Amino acid sequence: MFRTALRNVFAHKARLLMTVLAVMLGVAFVSGTLVFADTLSNAFRNQSAKSYHDVAVAVTSYADPDKPKEEPGLPTRLLDRISAVDGVAGVYGRVEGFAGVADPDGKLIGVGWSNKGSNFAPGKDGKDAAYTFTDGSGPVEDGQIALDEETAAKGEYEVGDRVRVATNGPVKEYTLSGVFTTEDGAVNAGGSLVLFDTAVAQKQYLEPGYFESATVTAAPGADDAKILGAVKPLLPDTAEAQTGQALADEQAAQIERGLGNLKQLLLGFAGIALFVGVFLISNTFTMLVAQRTKEIALMRAVGASRRQITRSVLAEAALVGLVASAVGFALGVALAVGLRSGMSAFDLKTPNGPLVLSATPVVAAFAVGVLITVFAAWLPGRRAAKIPPVAAMNSVHAVATTKSLVLRNSIGAAVTALGAVGIVAGASTGGDDGRLYIGAGAFFALIGVIVLIPLLSRPVIALVRPLLVGPFGVAGKLAGQNAVRNPRRTGATASALAIGLTLVTGLSVLGVTVGTAIDKMTTDNIKADYMVSMANGGDLDRSALTALEKARGVSAVSPQQEAYFRVDDVYLSASAVTPGDIEKVLSVDVVSGSAGSLAEGRIAVAEETAESRGWKVGDTVPVTFDDDQKATLTVGAVYKDSEFLSPVLVDRKVVDPHETKPSIRQIFVKIDGGQSAANEKVLVDALGDNPAITVMDRQDIRDEFGGAINTLLNIMYGLLAMALIIAVLGVVNTLAMSVFERQQEIGMLRAIGLDRRRVKRMVRLEAVVISVFGAVVGIGLGTFLGWAIGETVADQIPGYALVLPWGRIGIFVVLAGLVGVLAAMWPARNAARLNMLNAIKAE
Amino acid sequence: MTTAPIADRSTLVAARATELSKIYGQGETQVVALDRVSIDFRQAELTAIMGPSGSGKSTLMHCVAGLDTFSSGSVSIGETELGSLKDKQLTKLRRDKIGFIFQAFNLLPTLNALENITLPMDIAGRKPDKQWLDSVIEMVGLSGRLGHRPAQLSGGQQQRVAVARALASRPEIIFGDEPTGNLDSRSGAEVLGFLRNSVRELGQTVVMVTHDPVAAAYADRVVFLADGRIVDEVYGPTADSVLDRMKRFDAKGRTS
Repeated sequence: MFRTALRNVFAHKARLLMTVLAVMLGVAFVSGTLVFADTLSNAFRNQSAKSYHDVAVAVTSYADPDKPKEEPGLPTRLLDRISAVDGVAGVYGRVEGFAGVADPDGKLIGVGWSNKGSNFAPGKDGKDAAYTFTDGSGPVEDGQIALDEETAAKGEYEVGDRVRVATNGPVKEYTLSGVFTTEDGAVNAGGSLVLFDTAVAQKQYLEPGYFESATVTAAPGADDAKILGAVKPLLPDTAEAQTGQALADEQAAQIERGLGNLKQLLLGFAGIALFVGVFLISNTFTMLVAQRTKEIALMRAVGASRRQITRSVLAEAALVGLVASAVGFALGVALAVGLRSGMSAFDLKTPNGPLVLSATPVVAAFAVGVLITVFAAWLPGRRAAKIPPVAAMNSVHAVATTKSLVLRNSIGAAVTALGAVGIVAGASTGGDDGRLYIGAGAFFALIGVIVLIPLLSRPVIALVRPLLVGPFGVAGKLAGQNAVRNPRRTGATASALAIGLTLVTGLSVLGVTVGTAIDKMTTDNIKADYMVSMANGGDLDRSALTALEKARGVSAVSPQQEAYFRVDDVYLSASAVTPGDIEKVLSVDVVSGSAGSLAEGRIAVAEETAESRGWKVGDTVPVTFDDDQKATLTVGAVYKDSEFLSPVLVDRKVVDPHETKPSIRQIFVKIDGGQSAANEKVLVDALGDNPAITVMDRQDIRDEFGGAINTLLNIMYGLLAMALIIAVLGVVNTLAMSVFERQQEIGMLRAIGLDRRRVKRMVRLEAVVISVFGAVVGIGLGTFLGWAIGETVADQIPGYALVLPWGRIGIFVVLAGLVGVLAAMWPARNAARLNMLNAIKAE
Repeated sequence: MTTAPIADRSTLVAARATELSKIYGQGETQVVALDRVSIDFRQAELTAIMGPSGSGKSTLMHCVAGLDTFSSGSVSIGETELGSLKDKQLTKLRRDKIGFIFQAFNLLPTLNALENITLPMDIAGRKPDKQWLDSVIEMVGLSGRLGHRPAQLSGGQQQRVAVARALASRPEIIFGDEPTGNLDSRSGAEVLGFLRNSVRELGQTVVMVTHDPVAAAYADRVVFLADGRIVDEVYGPTADSVLDRMKRFDAKGRTS
């Protein structure tokens, strides 16, 4: 039987092409993901092993610098004691923080969160083991810095040049003393690193004489564990020590977890693509079996058992799966390589490392490819076994199964209903539970709709038939009828597109709805013309606030500054603001009392907090500040809750004396004349042209909050593209089959006067009808799902209202139509080129 | 190209082949399917083309009907020369001037009987002549079955739909390729009766290829082909006379 299967595969090479392509793409996606993740995690693991290679023991301080009674970090004398431990070769104390480097145009080099600053810690030999200087030497004076090689190159800086560097304070100019390379993971991932003289760094990031961490190197032959044992007793409660190996392992594990999430996401999308492929494969084998009815019946007549028939079909499928998997795996490896170079093209740098080909992706590729193909061919295989031997004698061949769809439709309707109930129930429940119901409901609804799709095809396509006949005449009429001739096949083809579009539409509805809500919220709440913040999302220096207050034309400035104080020993989430100005830059909707009372040292409380605490205007609240000093504050106003305001507001003059370093996340500015290029320049200049500080106008703010959603949507669209490509292959496949089966008809139509152009048009329109049908079903279900999931998050987003992205939905429908036209290109050409005489004669 | 200028030929001719040759392949593998065949199909005449398999009878019909290309000679339908026409013009010619009846009926399963009958007019974008259509449908006896799909009709009924389809657009000439080949003798006789009626009563021109002497007996004239050449012609044939003539081919085939 296997030989028969083998021969069949070769006999139907062309017809199996699309199946092979679909399996191949799915397998490529799977193996590409696995190889990519393996390679990346290996590179990261090597990276962290390398960066801790020389580290025997690492000491980290967890001290809170804001606690006045504790030491803020590891003191120099502790480092001296550690260096006296037996076997220790050197101890390098470190302090780290943000440091942004300006390029000659004053722009920040690199992205905010990856700009780091640290200290140059020379050992007894005057060298710092962590850094290798390629030019110049380490910074040892106040005004000196060193830069990593890549950052120096990006800024075109050379040793001796003056470089402007921004830390949390104002920008300062330094002299470049040296350029270095390092095994630091962040730097290898494309971040920038500025090295300061140790005293400068300490002053900037912590306190003079203290370090955040220290790395200990061992003398040759010394045992890391022994050193660790000796170092541990020396440490205060607020510090911990680990061997370099342990730290490297920990970091590797962390990276693995991070990559694991990425891997799962990608595999999820690969799964969707493969699921879509199942329909295509199943269609192909159904047709192959139908075409071979006579042959199979003959085999049954000469004594082949049903099982043998089924097995022969499955063997054929396995063979196809095997070939497709092999090609798919090769393609997947290429994909992994391409993905890495693609990442570096987008400045997402990853550490270098060799391509890793482990057994897992190979096994996974072949298992997935073969199993999916065999699974998809299983039903057609069973159907083949049911062909009675007597069919060999019938002259009529390939009888279309007109088996009643009643059972199928009843099951489909029940499953769909179950799914819909789950989705609606989930939407009304809300929260995580609700989303769980929706997830389960969506699964059933999708399956149900796929089961029902052949039934749906007739009425839905009948609905659009007038649109086809009107402008396209007889070609349109025939196309409309051809599309519903084999409802199962049309259904399976449309299903593939429907699945993809359900996801795409669901995500779009959700994304656009949430995006719009956030946008509206931003517009409604922010009255300020500009928002100033650090590029790295860190704290602004107090000097920035002062500078903005003095800037020309500025009419109102208020920070949202974290205010730390406790009530009944629990920290309240509170913000210190500038009274009088805060209500000019953010909307504060006062319910009782007055916002002006803030200036008198009173606090303002959001409605929900006031209710839960039982506070009213005039009530007094005993508080403890961060430096443990106590005070009694009076509630001066109650305002409506807002996403942009903390639940408690207080004059910053009240909290500032109690905090060493205020934590200012954002400063809102209102300026005479509103937004303009000139005004923006005024602010930038006032801030000392600091590359690390970003000044955002209202549009920037809206993009900042809502933009992430668009980026996410685009990534999702990209990942779902694979499923759509396979769906397109499915349409090509179905049309090629249809054209092949209808050769005789097409020949007759040509004979009685249908020209080539209209034969093509007929095939094309059939493709468009099937594609758009699938799209419409998917869009319908997707919109429903988007609405349902939206309902579960609605109460978390004020001003939430369902927004149907009609523009995008329209684009999806048009794209589906184009997909049809594209998919029909090859089958339509074949149909038009058909040899009339052969076609008519062929029985 | 040589033409045979016979004075009265053009007046009543619906289709004409002159010195028509069709050669497949080249050199030693060359097969001559038609060898300088000249023939006129006169208007309002039912012509049957007969001959043993491989005689070129189907090729002759395909070439004259604009379904196949030919190597040399000329073919004209009415006043139109086929040799110079492009595919598009040929398609239009077939649509407007020629009707077809195939052995395998070749109806579209998605269309009902009436839609199948009016399909050529649909393709041409013309409204059918209602009166003519009714009379054709009545003649073939399909009045009660116009809403049926081909699958719901018997073979004979399907071929009657095909006949009606060929007649409905009033083509200048109808070609039938073994129109009764797939039918039992009673249904075959019915279909042939319709074709003959259409010639006698409606003045239709019909050319059919057949290998059945009984079918050929319905014709006004029978043309015999052998080895790509016209070898004989019988007017007012009977089944017996045709059978006799055919037997001679067999005898010749056996002796040669």
